[in-house]
Amino acid sequence: MTKLITAVIQPHKLDDVKSALEAAGVRGLTVSEASGYGRQRGHTEVYRGAEYTVDLVPKVRVDVLVADEDAPGIAQAVITAAQTGKIGDGKVWIVPVEDVARVRTGEHGDEAL
Amino acid sequence: MLDTGVTAWMLVSASLVLLMTPGLAFFYGGMVRGKSVLNMMMLSFGAMAVVGVIYVLWGWSMSYGASVGGFFGNPFDQFGLGGSFDPVAYLDDEETLFMPTIVDVGFQTTFAIITVALISGALAERIKFSSWLVFSGLWVTFSYFPLAHMVWGGGLLSSDGPFASIADPIDFAGGTVVHINAGVAALVLALIVGKRKGFGKEPIRPHNLPFVMLGAALLWFGWFGFNAGSAYGANDGAGLAWVNTTTATAAAILGWLLTERIRDGKATSLGAASGIVAGLVAITPAAGDVSPIGAIFVGAVAGVLSALAVGLKYKFGYDDSLDVVGVHLVAGLWGTLALGLVATGERGLFYGGGFNQLAVQAIIAIIAIAISAVVTLVLGLIIKLAMGWRVSAEAEERSIDLAEHGEAAYETIGARAVSEVK
Repeated sequence: MTKLITAVIQPHKLDDVKSALEAAGVRGLTVSEASGYGRQRGHTEVYRGAEYTVDLVPKVRVDVLVADEDAPGIAQAVITAAQTGKIGDGKVWIVPVEDVARVRTGEHGDEAL
Repeated sequence: MLDTGVTAWMLVSASLVLLMTPGLAFFYGGMVRGKSVLNMMMLSFGAMAVVGVIYVLWGWSMSYGASVGGFFGNPFDQFGLGGSFDPVAYLDDEETLFMPTIVDVGFQTTFAIITVALISGALAERIKFSSWLVFSGLWVTFSYFPLAHMVWGGGLLSSDGPFASIADPIDFAGGTVVHINAGVAALVLALIVGKRKGFGKEPIRPHNLPFVMLGAALLWFGWFGFNAGSAYGANDGAGLAWVNTTTATAAAILGWLLTERIRDGKATSLGAASGIVAGLVAITPAAGDVSPIGAIFVGAVAGVLSALAVGLKYKFGYDDSLDVVGVHLVAGLWGTLALGLVATGERGLFYGGGFNQLAVQAIIAIIAIAISAVVTLVLGLIIKLAMGWRVSAEAEERSIDLAEHGEAAYETIGARAVSEVK
């Protein structure tokens, strides 16, 4: 079986998280730019004196597919790498995946990781 | 006799001023949302197209042709640069002017174009391109050419006019003809056309501030043609106008940024770009008639005044989208009036000239306001009744670029997956 680990992190922690994943033996990952807010909320911007409250803050989303038994350790590696201890550090979650296929070869399951 | 130095400089100046309008397109284009940037830029390019044709047909003649009561030149006198027009006649009403008239036609064309384009900042993201083109042609004919004639063509507001008995009115490069004229038109049209959907309720942020700064830089560069070119010579007068233009503009950046720092907490890039334009506008009428120290005063005050004025539209509820009123009308008025304080040669109040210069500057400003307000009101309402100003609410919501021009400025996933190519 396979698990999907998704981490929404501070953009400037991406390098650290990437290195931690490489060290944990993860061979591939998907990164996307994301926007959102948690308890941190947003910030204000001023254009010619008009103030705008920007609720959504830029974040980076990292998705990795891993084998069942590796999931807790890899998730912990991501958390350790992404942590600054300040509000706005983000979230990490794990969900079960029914099937994974490698498009090039057609392999399924853990072989496709 | 032909002075090739002056002629060459005036050709360069004309080219510089022409570059201001694409510069303005970037300045304005960066300030609107990404879904409206092409339409915003096209309003400037559209003004180039319409006014560029009209100017040689009847623009020159209405500005510098035989005067009709001091109000405007007879459009048929030199229609199409024919009639009594002589392209190689040298302007020689002052001893230093020795260039062919046709060069002046080119120089003046570019002023008419930029003045019309300036107005478009008040109409961002909501008007029909066709209505804008028709308005451009009508407004330049009924507001710009008459004012150009009155101030520069020997008309009512010139040194040959009735107010010159108080003091010689000064408008070196277009505080009244260009900036007050465009600023008032912008205010009147913003009221006639109405607000953008969501104005004052949802955030309408500038989508590309580097474009705004690029535009401001091009405007500053082009403005050397506008102001130093208006000296009509390659001489000390042009040099003074050049130095005053830069000095006032630099001071205006400081004035605007200081105001922002105190009021909002941060000095912004949009503030710097806006300060540049406010300073350039304010020094325009004064560039040849103040000292560089006077220019610092004119520019710094303009930066502060305009930075404070751009908030008024929220207070009064009119959508002058890109602050043509706050920047061009306010700084244009200030520069025109400031001459009454700091015009050199014992004219300004601070130089022992008394109140006469200030009075005459106020008179030409008020007359320019009145003419522009009345003409714009009439033309704006005619367009509203005959063609309508606004695009549909749906087009405005979705994208005016798509609705009016069938284009999108930026690539999206949707645009990359084109389903059919004919």
